[in-house]
Amino acid sequence: MSEVILSTNGLTKSFGAFKAVDGVSLEIQTGSITGLIGPNGAGKSTLFNLLTGVLKPDEGGVTLNGQDVSGLSSDKLFACGLGRTFQIPRPFARMSVLENVMLAPIGQIGETVAGPFLKRARMRSEEMHIRERALEVLDFVTLAPLADHPAGKISGGQMKLLELARVLMGNPAVILLDEPAAGVNPVLTETLISKIEELNRRGTTFLIIEHDMDFVMRHCDPVIALAEGKVVFQGTSEEALANPVLLDAYLGATVDD
Amino acid sequence: MIGVLSYLVFFATTASILAIAVLGLNLQWGNTGLFNGGVVAFFGAGAYGTLILGGPPQEGMVGGFALTYPMALLGGMAVAGVMAWIVGLLTLRLRHDYLAIATFGVAVAFENLMRNAEWLAGGAKGVRGFERPFREAIGDGFLYNLVFFVAVLLILIATYVFLERLVASPFGRLLRAIREDEEAAQSLGKSPSRVRLTAFVTGSVIMGLAGGLYGTFYAFVSPQDVLPTLTFQVWAMLIVGGAGNNRGAVFGAFLIWGAWTISGWALSRFAPVEAQLYTGSVQFILIGAVIVGMLVWRPQGLLPERLIVSQQGSNPVNKRGE
Repeated sequence: MSEVILSTNGLTKSFGAFKAVDGVSLEIQTGSITGLIGPNGAGKSTLFNLLTGVLKPDEGGVTLNGQDVSGLSSDKLFACGLGRTFQIPRPFARMSVLENVMLAPIGQIGETVAGPFLKRARMRSEEMHIRERALEVLDFVTLAPLADHPAGKISGGQMKLLELARVLMGNPAVILLDEPAAGVNPVLTETLISKIEELNRRGTTFLIIEHDMDFVMRHCDPVIALAEGKVVFQGTSEEALANPVLLDAYLGATVDD
Repeated sequence: MIGVLSYLVFFATTASILAIAVLGLNLQWGNTGLFNGGVVAFFGAGAYGTLILGGPPQEGMVGGFALTYPMALLGGMAVAGVMAWIVGLLTLRLRHDYLAIATFGVAVAFENLMRNAEWLAGGAKGVRGFERPFREAIGDGFLYNLVFFVAVLLILIATYVFLERLVASPFGRLLRAIREDEEAAQSLGKSPSRVRLTAFVTGSVIMGLAGGLYGTFYAFVSPQDVLPTLTFQVWAMLIVGGAGNNRGAVFGAFLIWGAWTISGWALSRFAPVEAQLYTGSVQFILIGAVIVGMLVWRPQGLLPERLIVSQQGSNPVNKRGE
């Protein structure tokens, strides 16, 4: 259980003179549901963007599954087995829920201009396969009844489930969730958590950024805390609760270097 | 009677050619969300390319390669495609309005290039002397126009079928995803820049095809044929017909070309003599008003894009996207 699937080494990112992420080194254990917490402005989102390839680090690197993935763009990271969701859900609004999910498998035969004409038979059988798989995944996240709805017209919580479903189509080893509980009604949050836990039992590693301390303490272990761009705590959730530095940081007090 | 019929054939030929261009724009804007503000440049590249490649040699001009017609037309499409590829590589990082401004600039530059490059495009007097295919066998006049119309119609149908299959395929799904949210699509392993470039080039090649047919129809092309007006007409056709819907694109082309033709006729017939001079400008204002009106009151167009649903029969409450 102590194998590391995702790690960073001295990761640094500045915006002008402001160091949003300042020499962050952390390790995510295979099979864990790791929580990443921190007050507003702690650098959580910047760190998340560095891990998901949206931003490129100024210094330091990221290792995924023993492979150096520093500076890779998010499409390449997805191919390497890293999936992510968004804080504010980003569904493909004018596409059906099913199409949203069917999009996700990479390297589809019909994804070129010539493919649909030159490799029709193969494309069709692959499409049937993808559709079947997509319906299974939608069923898993409880969205199967909404398969034909425009993705822009489902609720915010359902959109978060849809994002999880899309990501699952790529069979990622690690899934990064950006504030999964934010703005979601409690029933759907429960659904989402139960799905995360089930996936985790099947072997998927999760890194969850969450503003809601209570959520993290209940569902994540271990916990990593950021403040002012630095890691101020790494440990179990029990240790986190007992840690005065962490509570201080979370309440917005300054942390000594 | 033959006069009316002859006019209808003329009208339908032009409308069909424009419909092909609108289909090209629909792939770019309707499906992929690429704001091409320089439609006429790619249309013009096809027209000039076809006539220069297929025309007879002329003194003082490069070109006049006298290729067989299919080669000339394909060559014209290739010229449009290569131009789109170069423009695409340079501008596809630009979003929306910035891409629109850049492509509009390309179109203005193209027009100026054609107007001044006498050695290549004949300058202001254009490219003349092109021999229309099968003219000797069929002869001029009504029969030729009828045959030509049928050929254009068949090409329009082929283009339509090609695009319908394309947008119903995983490639079409990819285009829509890029249109809806590039960053989300990229997080799912897709390469937005590759998809945008492919859609831009493919749509421009289709515009080049329309331009090639247009040049063939008149056996002549000049800088007057590549004015920005055409870009606005094609846009009006797509917006009125319904962006994202190929049937809407074709319908819009016939409707707007019909309205354009009728308004031109009505203005020349009924407008006071002093206003006759400004017929073109009045039409230009009208087409602008149509675009604005549609965008305000029915932005999805007359035939809106339809949501692709599964064949599982699971309760499709609202089949229309916004």
